[in-house]
This record gives sequence, structure tokens and C-alpha cells, in this order.
Amino acid sequence: MQSITVSSHPSVQYLLRIGDTCLILAQRLAEWCGHAPIVEEDIALTNMALDLVGQARAVLTRAGQIEGELGGTPHDEDQLAFLRDERDFRNCTLVELPRGDFAVTMLRNLAVAVFLELLWQRLEASSDSELAGIAGKAVKEAHYHREHAADWVVRLGDGTDESAARLKAALELLWPYFAEIFEADAVDAEADAARLGPRWADLHDDWRARFAAVLSAAGLALPPERTFRSTGKSGRHSEHLGYVLAEMQHLQRSFPGGVW
Amino acid sequence: MIDAAFDTPLPAPPRRAPGSSRLEHAWAVLSTVLDPEVPVVSVVDLGIVRAVTDDSDGLTVIVTPTYSGCPATEVIEASIVTALDAAGLGPTQIRMQRAPAWTSDWITTAGKAKLRGYGIVPPGPVDLARGAPLRFVPRAVAPLACPRCDSQDTERLAAFGATACKALWRCRACGEPFEHFKAI
Repeated sequence: MQSITVSSHPSVQYLLRIGDTCLILAQRLAEWCGHAPIVEEDIALTNMALDLVGQARAVLTRAGQIEGELGGTPHDEDQLAFLRDERDFRNCTLVELPRGDFAVTMLRNLAVAVFLELLWQRLEASSDSELAGIAGKAVKEAHYHREHAADWVVRLGDGTDESAARLKAALELLWPYFAEIFEADAVDAEADAARLGPRWADLHDDWRARFAAVLSAAGLALPPERTFRSTGKSGRHSEHLGYVLAEMQHLQRSFPGGVW
Repeated sequence: MIDAAFDTPLPAPPRRAPGSSRLEHAWAVLSTVLDPEVPVVSVVDLGIVRAVTDDSDGLTVIVTPTYSGCPATEVIEASIVTALDAAGLGPTQIRMQRAPAWTSDWITTAGKAKLRGYGIVPPGPVDLARGAPLRFVPRAVAPLACPRCDSQDTERLAAFGATACKALWRCRACGEPFEHFKAI
């Protein structure tokens, strides 16, 4: 099945960043189905995946509508999820990294949920009323996800030597990828100018303070800044995203338009 | 749960009471459309039916989703259309309205009583408390009264349950697990 070409308009790109970040993290969380350490967490991780898929569906639907409103070809949520090439995905690299162990999953969930809660709060005031409506619902879900992840990060950090060591290793692994979320660029600036949503860079200080508060309770400190920058938001991904998409897109690519 | 909902024969729709309007009849029918995942509360009890309008195109039912990814949404929409058609009120359109976002505070008093009778502790008032100090460090969750024995000696086992809207609890007094409909 041939891939679609998506509008490069900043408003569309801004929404793809949000929708894709939710969608790809949902795929990674869904991988835990049947594999989590206890059944309650199996259910929790898949519940959160479901919330994130719901958020992604709403945001991608809106992105595709805006393409049409701008005079281009409109796309629906399924086309955007299943028929875009890897380079056209706009999620930050952090969420496509392999799920790792439970500590990696929980620390990433914490970082993303703290960020998304801040983002949805600001998006409630978006000039786009549809996006504002999506945010009003999603902010409550992100709040709940953040509480869940914070509980676990503290529990792992002040748990056994093994759990604390794994959490520390997770922080060292993931830390270099957090900076990308808050890298300022033209898409961010345009979205801010159009009152569509905040510049993600403007959320950094609040994110950092909230994330550090949980780490501190878990007995960890923020590592020093790194110069490395991942580039998923501009479509240059790690080697891991292709495998996620191969699995997620396989059916629609092989049997175009297939339904059941 | 969804399969069970499909297997359950639809109850006969309420007859139109003498002198009532089409809209009153529609609301009476909607109060019989049950949530497929918690099949004791109706879509009206849950507060997800925001409005019903009647014009030359027929009825329009405005519904709001409980959770972004709630898999019951499509089933609920189909159930509403089926029930209104069966009552002779069709054609019916469903319009999804996201704002203002659904809150568990919209569950009716009758709906909360039905949840409790079904063994699910209903949600208390939402305390997302915008503007209150944010807490990032875990805190003990305030205990709930067990829906079976009323003991306060309960604990939360998991923040998430069998559906997006519920959490899993246990009563230490009677030993029974129970569900809590989350306040959101």
C-alpha cells in the first residue's frame, strides 16, 4: 500500500508531535500485555495504553481535518497511523525506545506523564476548540498516569538494592533523551504564535521541578545535562521506530482498507 | 463484558406516557440503555447523555466520552440508536461532544446507588483541586467503606481495574475484593 504524504504546515506538524508521542508510547506499553510482573500492573499498563491510543486518535483526527481546512488533502486517523512512513512520524525519540525492564517503563511513563499533564493543561486554552476539548479530557488521564508512575518510581528507588540499581540504570539510559522534548524550533514558535498551543520549551522548567521532586523522593538526583540530542520530532528517528511501525502497520499495508 | 451485553435481549422500550412529548419519551428510553461494562447503570445515570434535540431531521443525542480510549463508546452509541429506533423514535443521530469534559460528578444519585448495589463503590467528589498544592510524592489513599460489610479497613490493590473507569480494592475485614469507580 502506498504511503500518504502529509502537510508540512506547522499546525499539522505540531499536532502530529502530540498524537504520535501518545500513539508510539501506547504501542510500547501494550507490549507489556501478558508480561508485567504482576497482573494488576499488566492491567494498569494496558489501561494507560488505551487512554493514550484514545488521545492519539482524537489528535490525529484533528490533524487530518486541519490538513483539509488548509486546502490540502484531508486524512483520517487510520491513514495517519497506518500509512505514513517512519520519517513522517513526529514523536520524540524517547517514546520509541524499547520498553526495557519495569524500571525503564515506569521512569519513562513518569517523564512523559509529567510532560503531557503540563501540555494538556496549556492546550485547554488552545485557539482550536476541538484541541481544547481533547485536552480537557486528556489532562485528567495524564494526572492519573503521573500519580501511578510516581508511586512506582519512589517504590523502586527506596525498595531493594536490586530495584534501586535498576531505577538508577533506567535514569542513566533515558536521561539523554529527555532534552529533545523541550528543544525549541520553528514548529513550536508557529504554534505559539497561532495560539494553537504552548512552545514545549516553555514547559521545561515546570517539568524539571516536578520530575526532580519525584526522583528526590526515590533517592536519585537529576544527572548533568548532556550535549546529545535525539531528533524524532523532526522525523529522524532511532533504529527502533521502524520495528514498531512494521508490526503496527503490517495489516493495513498488506490488506489495504481491511476491516473486521 | 461486551459479548455479554450483546447476548442480553433488549428490554421492551418504555411506552410513551400519555401527554408526554417525543423528547420526554426519548429520555425515558435512554434511561433504559445500560453501560455494556457496568450493566446496572444507564447512559443517563452516568451523565454521558448531555442533551437530546428534536428537529425535522429526527432526534440528535449529544453524548460525551468518559475516557479518551473507552472501548465501550461505539457499543454505547449503537445501543442508543437501536433503543430509540425500537421505540419508534428514529431516525436518530449521535453527536460526540468533548467539551466540557465528562466528570464522575455527573453520575446521578440514583446511578451511584445502583453502582453500590452492584458491589462497586461509587466515586466521591472529584478532588483534582486545580490550584491546590501539587503533590508528587506518593501519599496514602484515603480508605473507602467496603460495599459488602461497610468496614473502613480497606486498601487499594491497584490504581487500575478491569475497565478504564475502575480501580481494584480489598476489604481486610471481610476479605472480599471490590471495585471503585474512579473519581475523575
